[in-house]
Amino acid sequence: MKFLKERLEYLFSSTKGLVLVAISLISLVTAIWGTLSGPMVEWGVKDITVRLLGMKLDPFFREGRIIMLYHTIAMAVIAIEVYLMTSIIPMKKFYKLTINAAVTVGYLSSMIFGLGFAYFGRNWILHGLFLFGLSLMFFTGLLLAVALWPWNKNYRVASPEYAHTKSGMDLERAAFFTMVVATLGSSLFGAVAGAYFGNGFETFLAENTVRFAHKTPLQLGIIGHLHIMLTLIAVAITLIVGRWLDFKGIYHKIAMPLMIFGTIVITLGVWMVVPFELIAHMIIYVGSTFIMLAALMLVIYGWRKLIRERLNELGIEKAGFFRGLKALLHDPLKFGALWQMVFMNFTVSGVGIFMAIKLDEIFRVWPWREERVTLTGHWHVLAALIATIILMYYADMVGLKGKVRQWFGWILLIGSDVAFAGATIYSLKRLFVNAYYQEPLVSKIFLAMDVGLAAVLVILALLLLWRLFDLFKGEGIWKREKENPEVEVAKTSTGPVA
Amino acid sequence: MKKVLVLITLLTTVAFYGCVHQPEKWTHEEVKYIDTGISSDAWALVPAGPFFQGQFKNLNHLKNLDYDYEIMVTDVTNLQYARYLNEALAAGKIKVEGNDVKGFYPGEEYTGFRHERKIGPGYYLYYALERPGSRIKFDGKTFTVDKGFENHPATMVTWFGARGYCEFYGWRLPTEAEWEKAARGTEDFRAYPWGNEITPHHANYDLSNKEIRKILGVKHGITTPVGFFNGRSYEGFQTVNARSPYGLYDMAGNVWQWVADKHEKMSDRFMKGGSWMNYDVYLRIWSYNSSLPWNYYIDVGFRCVRDHKPETQGNQEGESQKVEN
Repeated sequence: MKFLKERLEYLFSSTKGLVLVAISLISLVTAIWGTLSGPMVEWGVKDITVRLLGMKLDPFFREGRIIMLYHTIAMAVIAIEVYLMTSIIPMKKFYKLTINAAVTVGYLSSMIFGLGFAYFGRNWILHGLFLFGLSLMFFTGLLLAVALWPWNKNYRVASPEYAHTKSGMDLERAAFFTMVVATLGSSLFGAVAGAYFGNGFETFLAENTVRFAHKTPLQLGIIGHLHIMLTLIAVAITLIVGRWLDFKGIYHKIAMPLMIFGTIVITLGVWMVVPFELIAHMIIYVGSTFIMLAALMLVIYGWRKLIRERLNELGIEKAGFFRGLKALLHDPLKFGALWQMVFMNFTVSGVGIFMAIKLDEIFRVWPWREERVTLTGHWHVLAALIATIILMYYADMVGLKGKVRQWFGWILLIGSDVAFAGATIYSLKRLFVNAYYQEPLVSKIFLAMDVGLAAVLVILALLLLWRLFDLFKGEGIWKREKENPEVEVAKTSTGPVA
Repeated sequence: MKKVLVLITLLTTVAFYGCVHQPEKWTHEEVKYIDTGISSDAWALVPAGPFFQGQFKNLNHLKNLDYDYEIMVTDVTNLQYARYLNEALAAGKIKVEGNDVKGFYPGEEYTGFRHERKIGPGYYLYYALERPGSRIKFDGKTFTVDKGFENHPATMVTWFGARGYCEFYGWRLPTEAEWEKAARGTEDFRAYPWGNEITPHHANYDLSNKEIRKILGVKHGITTPVGFFNGRSYEGFQTVNARSPYGLYDMAGNVWQWVADKHEKMSDRFMKGGSWMNYDVYLRIWSYNSSLPWNYYIDVGFRCVRDHKPETQGNQEGESQKVEN
């Protein structure tokens, strides 16, 4: 009994344990539900999964199922970000405990009951419990906003090297707070429209409406919701990575106001999609430029820091380009997390801007299905990029070192980037090759994507199996993490945490 | 270790480029001719009455078509389309400019809406000759079909070309509602023309196309002869008789089918049914695709509808009544 109690205590009360549980569940869902599409269907794995688990895949409810599936995964990702935030940002213990408890019950309810409803027979009680989980997540957000209140005089900036106002308000805390408030409003934005479509079960995928000349306000609400939520999840992970790398100095001081302003502008821009669709896009472009500039500041700071630290380790005072590059690539986890932010510009923002500029000349010449593939591809890539950044941080958090760190980091980075590059090329394939001749290209791209994703899933599975076996050890890593449950970062604010 | 990973990345990149191989000139090809036993000249009667349109079964989606109409049992084949081109050329209804077969379209209202294209009266592309995937060729006098592709659905036909074909014979393209009613029938609320389950034995789509290539003796994705999925076995590949309730074939898979409707205030025309290139989700009755009316594709064809005139009606066995053209 003590054996179980200790492990459960570790898994559900320490930040590292909670993150491990959420990553494990996302991995499990991804592994199982991943068999329902792609090459797995061709290989007959889908049929086995469906039969074995007793799934009911009614063709009429596919869109609804997919919506619930990615909501459940998104809730777990949000939970991970919340755990990390409650650990790296000073706040009272009461808030930390309540927030972590509520978000855990929230995401577990939405995940278990949401998937139960969507894939195992549409039991309405399960749907109610799914909504309960989402509501609890919202409540968590409210508590988090209160806990992060940046004007709280108890939490002043810890060092002049961190961005702050004259009165000492911690601007990074303010950036987190802004993101949380924007998320709360944006989730309501989706909830209103979602309740309408969900009640009648006339669900639709947003990309299916792209060529509708007139979208209803509720359809626009859904489109806005999905875009802003993913954006805000990306903002959150950027801020979290900043703390991981102890982002500070002049770049931090430039980045935080940009991030706060960008988050406000882009959120308002997306909300304005409903009444003023055309102007809204311009506002969104402005907001995203500020956010991307803030992320650029982090990348510049982070890469300079990585180079400097490695050269110091080697005792080199001055280095040329190649030595500098070698130093930069020394740590695939820290380098990789920042690289993914850069890579995002090629596979997500770049594609989006290219589409916007060449819409009538290229994308609207293609059949709608091809335009839809590009739309779907670019946000899947963004979501997956965020996931890899979280995994890189987690791998660092659990203390991967030496060769294991190198292999894990590089396989994760290269495997995922090959897959994402493949997805991008696939979505734009008609630019390079006539439809009649595209098959060899598509086959090779799929092969590369499958190999890349498989590599990522295998190393992730190895990491999780390692952690699983570790739980059976009396004095395993879990024990150390239980005794030292918080994420070790330099904090930007001082203030009461008891 | 880093060197190995860098090498893998480089090789992957090179492989991508290596795959983009496009010959400069299109070479026509032949395939094995397969007789499916289904006549591409047959029509099916769709009687007046209500039906559920779309994905959701509720009263908002209960539509009524208060007239009888007839729809082609199969997609228009290459042979039919080539015959039409020859007849239309002789009648002066189309002209050939280089590799473009063009015909007249009277134009349509332009509202100036965002992304809408101005389509005035004039000659527009009907059929794309000598492009990769073209199965009809022109020797300066006559249009002929590549051997073996005679009973495959006519592809590389633009929306203008599909409309031109139907109008030449006094018919028209189906509206989306007519198409869906013909695919689903009124007996139940089904996802596919034959029911709610789909396997590679029901239709020509992503999952079945690899088997089909073997039967047709090609290495690339390909259409099937119209009416292929009719319960027959082809070289050991057993098909399901995947007719719609009115006896239509290929209403899911094989090729997308142009329909008459377009997006509101836009120029893109809808297509229905999904194709050999698609996953099963695109084969559901309510799924759609769309494109501009001058575009042509290797996986888009069409079929026509016509008003029902009782005197032309003949009786055949089965659920539907069909007449020979």
